Amino acid sequence: MFSSLSRNSVNICRCSESFIESSGERLLHLTLSLNCNLTVNGTHEYCIIRNIIHCVRSNHIHLYFQVFYTDCSGKVTSNPLLDQLPSYQSLLYRRKSSAAGTKRRNSSRMRLGSSGSGKWASSTISRQEEKMAQRPIRELAKTMAEKRRDKTQRLEEACDLSSWRQWRQSTHMYLRKLKVESQELLLSLQLWRGDIHLIEGMFGTGILSYFFFLRFLVMLNLIIFLLMFGFVMLPIIIVPYVSGNTTYNLNNGSPCSVYPSSARRGLVIFHEYITDLLSGGGFLEQTYLFYGYYKVDKIQFAHITYNLPLAYLLTTLAYLLLSLIWIVKRSATGFKRNLVQDEDRFQSFCNKIFAGWDFCITNENAARLKRNSLLYELRTDLEEERIKQKIADRTRKERCRIYLIRLILNLFVVGVLAGCFYSIYKATIFSQDAQMNNVKENFVLDLIIEYLPSIVITLANFITPLLFSIIINYEDYSPAFEIRFTLMRCVFMRLTSIVILLFSLWSQITKCEVDPCVCGYNHLLYSCWETRIGQEMYKLTIFDSIIIAAVTIFVEFPRKLLVKYCECGLTKWWGQQEFAIPQNVLEIVYGQTICWIGTFYCPLLPAICTIKYFVIFYIKKVSLINNCRPATRPFRASSSNFFFLGVLLIGLALACLPVAVSVAQMNSSQACGPFVNYTKSWEVLPTTVSQLPSGVQTLLIALSSEAFAVSFFVFTCLAMFYVIALAGAHKKVINQLREQLVMEGRDKHFLIQKLCQAQSLSANKSSVSKSHSSRMSPSYHTSFSSNFNEGLFLAHPHPSSSTHV
Amino acid sequence: MGNKQTIFTDEQLDAYQDCTFFTRKEILRLHGRYHELAPHLVPMDYTNDPDCKLPLALIVNMPELKENPFRNRIVEAFSEDGAGNLSFNEFVDMFSVLSEMAPRELKAIYAFKIYDFNVDNYLCKEDLEKTLNKLTKEELTPEEVELVCEKTIEEADLDGDNKLSFTDFENMISRAPDFLSTFHIRI
Repeated sequence: MFSSLSRNSVNICRCSESFIESSGERLLHLTLSLNCNLTVNGTHEYCIIRNIIHCVRSNHIHLYFQVFYTDCSGKVTSNPLLDQLPSYQSLLYRRKSSAAGTKRRNSSRMRLGSSGSGKWASSTISRQEEKMAQRPIRELAKTMAEKRRDKTQRLEEACDLSSWRQWRQSTHMYLRKLKVESQELLLSLQLWRGDIHLIEGMFGTGILSYFFFLRFLVMLNLIIFLLMFGFVMLPIIIVPYVSGNTTYNLNNGSPCSVYPSSARRGLVIFHEYITDLLSGGGFLEQTYLFYGYYKVDKIQFAHITYNLPLAYLLTTLAYLLLSLIWIVKRSATGFKRNLVQDEDRFQSFCNKIFAGWDFCITNENAARLKRNSLLYELRTDLEEERIKQKIADRTRKERCRIYLIRLILNLFVVGVLAGCFYSIYKATIFSQDAQMNNVKENFVLDLIIEYLPSIVITLANFITPLLFSIIINYEDYSPAFEIRFTLMRCVFMRLTSIVILLFSLWSQITKCEVDPCVCGYNHLLYSCWETRIGQEMYKLTIFDSIIIAAVTIFVEFPRKLLVKYCECGLTKWWGQQEFAIPQNVLEIVYGQTICWIGTFYCPLLPAICTIKYFVIFYIKKVSLINNCRPATRPFRASSSNFFFLGVLLIGLALACLPVAVSVAQMNSSQACGPFVNYTKSWEVLPTTVSQLPSGVQTLLIALSSEAFAVSFFVFTCLAMFYVIALAGAHKKVINQLREQLVMEGRDKHFLIQKLCQAQSLSANKSSVSKSHSSRMSPSYHTSFSSNFNEGLFLAHPHPSSSTHV
Repeated sequence: MGNKQTIFTDEQLDAYQDCTFFTRKEILRLHGRYHELAPHLVPMDYTNDPDCKLPLALIVNMPELKENPFRNRIVEAFSEDGAGNLSFNEFVDMFSVLSEMAPRELKAIYAFKIYDFNVDNYLCKEDLEKTLNKLTKEELTPEEVELVCEKTIEEADLDGDNKLSFTDFENMISRAPDFLSTFHIRI
């Protein structure tokens, strides 16, 4: 058995054999110190250890020992005492227990007993174990066999309890099992689970967050559609089947309420149907699709009167509120985490090394790409450190120069944005005028004129990110800030373009030849202006989906084919398509903002958007798998989730603005829609409130009065200040605790070294053997490299023994 | 109720459900996976707890682990003999800890074991260098490796002993935002 061992282990065994024979003790605490000359290799040590265990097992002795290192000077750098501390015990490291199969808890107690720390330590241990015992078994870091033993032990303990407690425990377990099974059922019903699994295996978790986001938006749009359908469309649809009757808004003869029909008469050429489908005009205008069709005031059911205008308004408010709550709830975890790590570069290296590799990757290609991206990230971080150093070393003159350049470039960016907005404004006005003139020249030209605002917006959103990414190179920021700043500019560009479009539409609608307008809006051109806005939003959505599909089919696939089969320099420079997460996210946030704004004017828009995102998922997935390689600048999964939801919130805020203005400020059109009997859409609420019983009325009026609003605002401010102060205090406490931890660690080391010194002094006094007094180490462990005649010293002699060499 | 399977007794399945984060179906599926790694070694009937261990080489070739740079360490960390031979219990344990539902503290304990190449309860500089080289397949220059290891220890070391103890590691991992999402294997 010993022939295959190395020299070192042979001698350990020999010495330990002699120990065992001479001591005859049941407990032997052995400490080996390996000089750094020995090969530092896990299997090597295990080889030694295993063989020693083989050797002593036959003697039914519990053998516990630790292997630790001395550095080259021979000074002990770790100490077995440290391993016996309660904080280490909580680790419950898996180690080979002896053949006698003692339970771990007993063994650890025995070990402590041998060191003489006695009752204090064992009581700490038992307290810790009680804490462990409350945790569910599956969360303990033990082997399966031990967990099973724990379980039977807990069951036995449970049997000792009273029958009430037993019943309570069994109900708890039953409920937990039920919960687990229902969660499993819900998970299996989740949309696209298999597809997402596939993408995760190929590209890791960064790109996965994009697809989770897409799935979230599909769900959100579906719920919004169900809301609108249930409260607005369903009553109108079921009225003929239930005995109810509707009171329509009557044509009261004023010029404002004239609504010329836009249905096509006479011979209709086929392509006109297509124009209608794509522009939302013609045969689509007077359908459930648009606001104008809901010209219903009240619906009389058997016992109740259904106030449709009120329902319409409240549903609008409800879906905006629901979106807000759902997004905030989803982003809460990410935000909390971001608050805790307020220093952005605090742990970048640790995070990359220990949490950088995606354990989900199963594809060789993806693994290679992940490796490259990690490499790139690490190099970028090192580069950032260098740049930070460079920035700190900048002279005053250089700083002035940089600020001047930045100012000029920012002005340039503002100029570019202003130019884009102006061109959107002009395009909208031109398009509206051309549509009003109704000169049908050419099928394609008509379509282009109808879609002119969308085309201009898409072009602007295509060119400006390229421009921004070129400009940012000259502004000399740190790489991380560069990415964020460019992104912010792109977000601003995308979302503001919608607002500009709406603003230009409004300026058209409220511009009359005779100032001020008779009906509050231009009733000659826009007899039903909400439907017109709905049509513009509809066109934007359709165009957006067409562009996404077209770009994938006509740009990405050919690009891949080109790069694969054509080896010229241009294709090499262009390279394979990268799945740029930020740009893709901005695309779908843009679509969602349009949906939020447009649902008030076009109640079926959420359904269209649901279908649109559903199809986009498959398009993007196919494109990703076949054409793309992951971005070299990878997106971290956690912060990306926060980024997506943050941008979505900005979109929501921006979407509430136009809706609020049109509901509260603009005169609702008198010729169509549910709000014909009111001047402004908002007025339906005060009218309804005035019809309520007086008690409720006074309450509601009080709630909406200035006094209540001001006091509520003050109270919210106070709460916010309190929470901010609390957060600041917590951060301070965290820093203090961190410093304390450092100090405690140093204290621990200091005390242990003193203890070892004291022990070595007492051991040396009674030792007979030659000890290396020349060694500077405070301990009495000797190195093991070439002097095999040296013995092994007992680390913690059993109180009644006096074994030594 | 449920399917009539003869691989495990009901008590065994219950025990597995309590001791891991898997459901009965998943445990049976895991047994299928374990069996197909070595169909002639692994018995189909586990009712009397057979003592069957699969060697490291077989397990490390599973598709879920094949591309993982730490596959050897992962399997070694969960094996009782430290050499990577896993019994079915340890196999299930391994995937249970690496599943989505395991809590952060449990994952941190095993992550520490995995990254501790020389098994000395500390993540010293050599451990970090090995980790880094496995991650990047040694494509970083030695100076870069040195710099990165230095920075890592600087960031996480609390007690100033120039290596990371478990407390340091756990403290650092609790603030690593990606740890829970990356330290998980789907099976």
